Amino acid sequence: MTSITLTVNRETHTITAPPMKRLLDVLREDLHLTGAKEGCGEGECGSCSVLMNGELVNSCLVPILQCEGASIITIEGIAHLAAEGEELHPIQQCFLEHGGAQCGICTPGMILATHHLLQKHPHPTLEQIQEGLAGNLCRCTGYMRIFEAVQQAADSAPHERRT
Amino acid sequence: MRSNVLEYDLIQPATLPAALEALAQNPGLTPIAGGTELMVALAAGRLAQKQFLSIHRLSELRFIEVTPTAVTLGSGTTFTDIRKHPVIANDFPLLARAASWTGSIANQNRGTLGGNIVNASPAADSPPALLVYDASVTLISARGARTLPYRDFHVSYKKTALAPDELLFSINLERRFSAYRSYLRKIGTRNAQAISKVALACLALVENGAVSDIRIGAASLRETPTRCAAAEQAILNQPVTGQTIAAARAALLTEARPIDDIRSTAKYRAAVAANLLEEFLRTLLG
Repeated sequence: MTSITLTVNRETHTITAPPMKRLLDVLREDLHLTGAKEGCGEGECGSCSVLMNGELVNSCLVPILQCEGASIITIEGIAHLAAEGEELHPIQQCFLEHGGAQCGICTPGMILATHHLLQKHPHPTLEQIQEGLAGNLCRCTGYMRIFEAVQQAADSAPHERRT
Repeated sequence: MRSNVLEYDLIQPATLPAALEALAQNPGLTPIAGGTELMVALAAGRLAQKQFLSIHRLSELRFIEVTPTAVTLGSGTTFTDIRKHPVIANDFPLLARAASWTGSIANQNRGTLGGNIVNASPAADSPPALLVYDASVTLISARGARTLPYRDFHVSYKKTALAPDELLFSINLERRFSAYRSYLRKIGTRNAQAISKVALACLALVENGAVSDIRIGAASLRETPTRCAAAEQAILNQPVTGQTIAAARAALLTEARPIDDIRSTAKYRAAVAANLLEEFLRTLLG
């Protein structure tokens, strides 16, 4: 067992865990943040996506020891990035309005992947949206409503996003 | 069955010398970088090794150094780092493209060039490009460093030239291919997010109507990523014609040793590899 200190959604935590424990399991079991989901457990589906030091990663593939000192943002932390007085982040609002979320399993990962995409490409082309979300699988929407939600998030709120 | 994570140990030295010393003391340690391969095996309950050495945070391994004549990539360079680099995009476009289709954005943010090579899958995305660019690799240990041609790195299926106490330090490329025609195509089940059934990289120089230099690199055509020497010899110093293209195709088939597996069949892989070679050679006509 190893003691690891990391920041999750701007709160610092020190946890004791086996060093190869997956970040996903630490989030869900130790920190009770169950927004990140386990879909495939092999880096294909993206439902466990989080931001690690600002980069989109699959938390099922990160051994916790590599997170020493890291800053993690999960879906639970995304709403904190919303503008003052807003309950939801603009990306969340756009997913809601466009039917970009149906069963919800992929949604946390989709929103984090969208956040990462819009940081890199504030005004993405459809192709950039498709590539940015290609590691996130959805079995409900057929993706079109998700693409529309991302486009809307890019068009409507380019200045409200904060990292 | 999922692995019991308590059975695994992982250490994370803060510096490269400390990591090399740890490997010298215990050559049974398996290096782990971005985890995009080994953590999959962990979750699937098929990770045989038990002791790991995290090298992902070693800044000494994550660099891209550019000189007027060479580009050196640290083994910890991620695919995202490669995609963002303007000199790689310009001088080594095949490597930039291979990086762009190695898994998803999240995988590219974590996966490293060194891991892609050391994992030694015959289907890996970056090796065909590195083979045609005549890359060399520098291996490092507490005993010192040595450099060898990348084409000699893969010894047999999943076996490499790395000694148990060595790490891959860098991948070295010479900037001398700007006049070459180049080609890279990957055939998978889907257009994206698929492991290759077969992939082919080619680089050729055409002078005075003949092919004066050619390199062909393949994935999933033999037990390791491989140069296709027979096909290269068949077209070298020849004009590109229907006849020489046919000869190159035939030569490629003599050296191809693909297998049947979950992703494809030997027959399909061989036929498609020959078609890809023809597709490239036809771009050199006229």
